[in-house]
Amino acid sequence: MTAMLKSREAILALAILVLLAVVAIRFPAFVRPGNLANVLTDTAPLIILALGQMAVILTKCIDLSMAANLALCGMVAGLMNVAGLPLAVILPAVIALGAILGAINGLLVWKLSIPSIVVTLGTMTIYRGIIFVLTDGKWINAHQMTEAFKALPRAIFLGLPVMTWTMIAIVAAFALIVARTPLGRALYAVGGNPHAAVYTGISVGRTQFLAFVISGALAGLTGYLWVARYAVAYVDIAAGFELDVVAACVIGGIAIAGGAGSVAGAVMGAIFLGIVKNALPVVGISPFAQMAISGVAILVAIAFNARAQGAKGRIILKKAEHKQLEAGA
Amino acid sequence: MLDATPAAPGADPVLSLRGISKSFPGVRALADVELDLYPGQVTALVGENGAGKSTIVKILTGIYQPDAGTISVNGTATHFPTAQAAGDAGVTAIHQETVLFDELTVAENIFIGHAPRGAFGLIDTGRMEREARALLRSIGADLDPRVRLRDLGIASKHLVAIARALSIDARVVIMDEPTAALSHKEIHELYDLVGKLKAQGKAILFISHKFDEIFRIADRWTVFRDGQFVGAGLMGEVTEARLVQLMVGREVDQIFPKRPARIGEPVLTVAGYSHPTEFEDIGFTLHRGEILGFYGLVGAGRSEVMQALFGITRPSRGACRIDGRVLALRGTADAISAGIVYVPEDRGRQGAVRGLPIFQNVTLPSLSRTTRGGFLRLAREFRLARDYTGRLDLRAASLDQDVGLLSGGNQQKVVIAKWLATRPRVIILDEPTKGIDIGSKAAVHDFMSELAAEGLAVIMVSSEIPEVLGMSDRVIVMREGRIAAEFAGAQMTPENLVRAAAGIEGEAA
Amino acid sequence: MTQGTGTPQATQRHIPDRLVPGWQRGLKSWETLLLAVAVAIFIANSLASPWFLDPWNLSDASFNFTEKAMIAFAMALLIIAGDIDLSVASIIALASTVMGAAMVAGAPVPVLVALGIGTGLLCGAFNGLLVAGFGLPSIVVTIGTMSLFRGISYVALGDGAYTGYPAGFAYFGQGYVWWVFTFELALFALFALAFGLLLHGTAFGRAIYAIGNNATAARFSGIRVDRVRFILFLLTGVMSGIAAVCLTSRLGSTRPSIATGFELEVVTMVVLGGVSILGGSGSIPGVVLAALVMGLVTFGLGLLNVPGIVMSIIIGALLISVIALPRLWQMARR
Repeated sequence: MTAMLKSREAILALAILVLLAVVAIRFPAFVRPGNLANVLTDTAPLIILALGQMAVILTKCIDLSMAANLALCGMVAGLMNVAGLPLAVILPAVIALGAILGAINGLLVWKLSIPSIVVTLGTMTIYRGIIFVLTDGKWINAHQMTEAFKALPRAIFLGLPVMTWTMIAIVAAFALIVARTPLGRALYAVGGNPHAAVYTGISVGRTQFLAFVISGALAGLTGYLWVARYAVAYVDIAAGFELDVVAACVIGGIAIAGGAGSVAGAVMGAIFLGIVKNALPVVGISPFAQMAISGVAILVAIAFNARAQGAKGRIILKKAEHKQLEAGA
Repeated sequence: MLDATPAAPGADPVLSLRGISKSFPGVRALADVELDLYPGQVTALVGENGAGKSTIVKILTGIYQPDAGTISVNGTATHFPTAQAAGDAGVTAIHQETVLFDELTVAENIFIGHAPRGAFGLIDTGRMEREARALLRSIGADLDPRVRLRDLGIASKHLVAIARALSIDARVVIMDEPTAALSHKEIHELYDLVGKLKAQGKAILFISHKFDEIFRIADRWTVFRDGQFVGAGLMGEVTEARLVQLMVGREVDQIFPKRPARIGEPVLTVAGYSHPTEFEDIGFTLHRGEILGFYGLVGAGRSEVMQALFGITRPSRGACRIDGRVLALRGTADAISAGIVYVPEDRGRQGAVRGLPIFQNVTLPSLSRTTRGGFLRLAREFRLARDYTGRLDLRAASLDQDVGLLSGGNQQKVVIAKWLATRPRVIILDEPTKGIDIGSKAAVHDFMSELAAEGLAVIMVSSEIPEVLGMSDRVIVMREGRIAAEFAGAQMTPENLVRAAAGIEGEAA
Repeated sequence: MTQGTGTPQATQRHIPDRLVPGWQRGLKSWETLLLAVAVAIFIANSLASPWFLDPWNLSDASFNFTEKAMIAFAMALLIIAGDIDLSVASIIALASTVMGAAMVAGAPVPVLVALGIGTGLLCGAFNGLLVAGFGLPSIVVTIGTMSLFRGISYVALGDGAYTGYPAGFAYFGQGYVWWVFTFELALFALFALAFGLLLHGTAFGRAIYAIGNNATAARFSGIRVDRVRFILFLLTGVMSGIAAVCLTSRLGSTRPSIATGFELEVVTMVVLGGVSILGGSGSIPGVVLAALVMGLVTFGLGLLNVPGIVMSIIIGALLISVIALPRLWQMARR
């Protein structure tokens, strides 16, 4: 029981509750269910992308191109809508496009062994640049989009908008994949011990490739959700968002070295950042402070992660071992 | 030998290799080798470093493809294009380094790559845990299959690796230096396990440098030398000397040359040395010209003490003095300037910097002597490197070759050369001949004697009793972070060492 | 080592220092490839546009890369040692903000410069303390400080700006030392030389390579690993501070969004220069050539009126292809 209480996820949950309590003191209306639901909806894109990033980070890679992927797919969704294509065609198309963009990253990492930070640094600028080339810098505005296109993410179903349900479905699917499929276990194996993974018949490169495809597909889907919900599409949407996504993962306890971290952690890391972002204007802190607060949150989370990794050095003396056991390690 | 009935000599091998060759750019790892593994029997594969043992293991497990030759399973020619294929054919390996995943549970580790599936193709965790439990019970391991591997000790991790071998219903189990990190008790448990695997009819390939082990559990032997097959036969029909001769290609009559000890004045005095978690109240005196052996079980804390003396970790109390002067070590640079150097046990991670050329490795701690005005002088560096690598008879193509391309024994020579170039007073060698072929072993021992004769003070940490008794003037035994005993002269016997290390009470011989 | 005593010295093995002479190895190197690319781009550009070879245009073009290159030199050292600093652009923002605030308070130019560089130094020290002092992974620490430093600038400035820098301040980013050679270009050359000597000619530089290849073995060889890494973070901080002075001086104003995206361009320059992102290898001449290549490409494309964002596509593609092509070549050969 103590072990569970001390777990990374429990501490995060506690931190979220404390944060909500602090905000509630100044502004009780913030913690009303209706408002919390709004915050959750607002944070849904971050949660979805954090899961995709988590899959990639687990395999010892990083995906800096997620926001550019999102933006490009969102713009393509908008263009398809303006061209008159129905949602039934648009949705699968952008998810597929996102997956392909992710697959490009994955292939460069798998087949050419280029480090993922370099690949995604490159594709980040290429994908965003393509948006400009497609639209010559022009925006797609709300009045150009069809009602059906814009309404879907906001449509209420059993009390929550479709966007939130989508996020919940993806979280549930992810939790299942990670815990109960060979691919899910392979993600941890590849990140935890890549040499050993080869001996057990797991292909490190292929697992990393699949992680990028997953994160790409999720970015594609989120591209549609973003563009439809905010009813605008242009080159710079979600600029800098990839760093928020990485921050959510770090706060959620996903080890940057790979092989460790949980779905619950990633989700809560994203929720934490989402609450901060939504609570600031309400509490009276200038929204300009958001960046600085995110920065501090990340640094605190990293320090926490490091302490959780455990003490370095071996425990040889029996009396030291006993002390550690008593401390409930 | 263990008490399992070996298969009748007439039984056919379950796995046969013939004419296997494998080359890499610049090196011929294997040339036309053969190997037979028989069901229910242990075959020991013996050979120096670089003889081709790890290459043949990689071929057997499907990691490498042979350039030529055949692999036959039960008489049928086959090949292993992938690790998966080798696993499907029933070949599994247990390696020195844990081949397992800390973040996964015991059950998941056992079944990774072949987990039982249930509805919708999802992993059937219930069945997986039940089967894991059964496997663990069959090898006498009392482990909860739901525990994460990172919460287990190394002996338990080995058991999980063995359970994994059983889970794929292996026909052939390859054990590559399995006892390297185990305690005596755990080693005996491993021998029992090997017996159980034999009784189940599995063929075992056992790779080890320890002759006592080989003679204890192997039924057959095969020797590789320089990538070639040199001979094979039944264990009962061969002697240690003959095996050594085959391995080395020449007679090696003395592995541990004793040399006259002229012990001088004390150089290093340690008193009350303690660390919060690693060792307590360590005290001893080291003299010029002396070789002080440190014996103990794995995990006794010897390397930790030495690393503290070298400045890698900080002791919480106690003092260490050189020539009466108290040393305040804030890091390795301080230790080196005081004249204490450390040749680490983990050559690859702590000893040599792979990626840098040989000469840069040799000059790394001595750069202040090869620089002028803060700038590097390559001519001086090469000269220094030439002097010291020459003294150690290094075998390499050129001094600007990447040190990572050298064999284990030669990398060790570079590491030792590096330290000698700093002109130390005290040299600490941690398991200096671990994983090194017999020829280089003798050379290292010879060299240690030379160093002592020149007036250096030598500390040798070793887990091999013959080495400790043969080379040391005195032996200190550590157990669980403390000094258990100190022996000299006639009291330096194997029994005394083992008793002190294991904490067994009894009369000292 | 002799097998027993008495073996004559004549049998002592002689190992040559080098098998392949230095210049031959140099030919097959990354730097040579980059040089070829640079020459090719130079020729292509001069054919594509008549304005390319004008010295004053080229001089203007140098601003494309000088500030980033200054940081890239320090970043290269850091990456070779196995770390990374993604906060450099945010350090520029913070340093610029501090200078702006001091400017508004009436501080003279030397004080402004000192404050700019000093802020960079302090930010670098903060990064260094977290990474080298506490052992936290540099990639996520600097993602955190990236938000923190620029965030502080936003808190201080909001969506405003500091303008009205004194006339003397403009020299750093807009002045010339001789003919077409700008002050920034002079700084670039100076730092190229200094960092080149540091990395390739000193024990400190050797320690950097050792740490990047195997930090544990380096520590076990007497190298003060933590001190070296801390100093490297100080260097990226200081160079960011110097770049902040130059950039602020050139733009004549400070906004919290200044230098957005710089860090990725700096890393691109370093990797394009042949420095392995995994650490352990790379050279300053390579980074110099990469800076020139990137400058030439952006300048040439600018002359052809290619929009900035399309330029980044080309730079992104260049980054990936320059790394992918040698590997594809190797794969095709097998």
